[in-house]
Amino acid sequence: MKEELRSKILKTVSRDKAFYFFTSIGNYTGESASSLKEFMDKTNAVDVKSLEFHLYRGDFEKWIAEVLEDEDLAVEIGRLRSLNYSGSLLRNNLYSIVAKRYRQLIGSFSEKFR
Amino acid sequence: MKIKNDSPALDSIDIEILQNLQEDSKQTYTAIGERIGIAHSTVYDRIRRMEKYGIIKKYTALIDVEKAGVKRIMAIMTVYTDPKESESVADALRKMPEVLEAYTSLSEELLIIAKVVAENQESLHNFIATSVAPLSGVLRIRTSMITKKFKEIPFLLMNERKK
Repeated sequence: MKEELRSKILKTVSRDKAFYFFTSIGNYTGESASSLKEFMDKTNAVDVKSLEFHLYRGDFEKWIAEVLEDEDLAVEIGRLRSLNYSGSLLRNNLYSIVAKRYRQLIGSFSEKFR
Repeated sequence: MKIKNDSPALDSIDIEILQNLQEDSKQTYTAIGERIGIAHSTVYDRIRRMEKYGIIKKYTALIDVEKAGVKRIMAIMTVYTDPKESESVADALRKMPEVLEAYTSLSEELLIIAKVVAENQESLHNFIATSVAPLSGVLRIRTSMITKKFKEIPFLLMNERKK
């Protein structure tokens, strides 16, 4: 993977580009994520209703593709959406997909600076 | 003419003039004068004075939005804020055209209650997600969609006690 792409995906974005977790239309949980790492951590912590709300609206894919610019992860999350999971099954699978991608990116970074 | 910042005290005639204007602001000074029992010139002078002091802010039209064919959704948005930043949040909301009314309230937490308008649920969500949630000091937001209106009137002076 190109170094430039890795840095792009692992960047921290400004407040106006962060992901804001809602449980339904207009109901903001108070949780947000400004980077892939923060997004990964929050998927393990926010109300699962929020994960269900955003996943089936396609909000996660959109943010990851447009803001973090990680097309591959966006596609993976799109696949998860088609499985119609809910509750802890959804949370575990989403976290697993994002964590795997994060480890892959960080691993590449670590190797470079070893 | 230099106008003082302090509003003058209103007497019972001023209140009656205001009540008449709230009922129908298109009626003539003569009609108002006849109803109250004063000269139309007195009505004119008093209205001018109340306009100058900002007691009468403007003359507007009450429009039935549904009959006008405009489809909009309304919602009541409660924004829980960090007390140190609630003023700046309220100030930012005040400037947004989607926000029709905004108030601060102190219950267990400091919060801002606002009435908002949007074209549909999706645009309401986008507005809150991209313009309100990112404001510094916003802790969380609860939004209730208005489904049916039972009453909406402006505050009227009808029941104000005459001085």
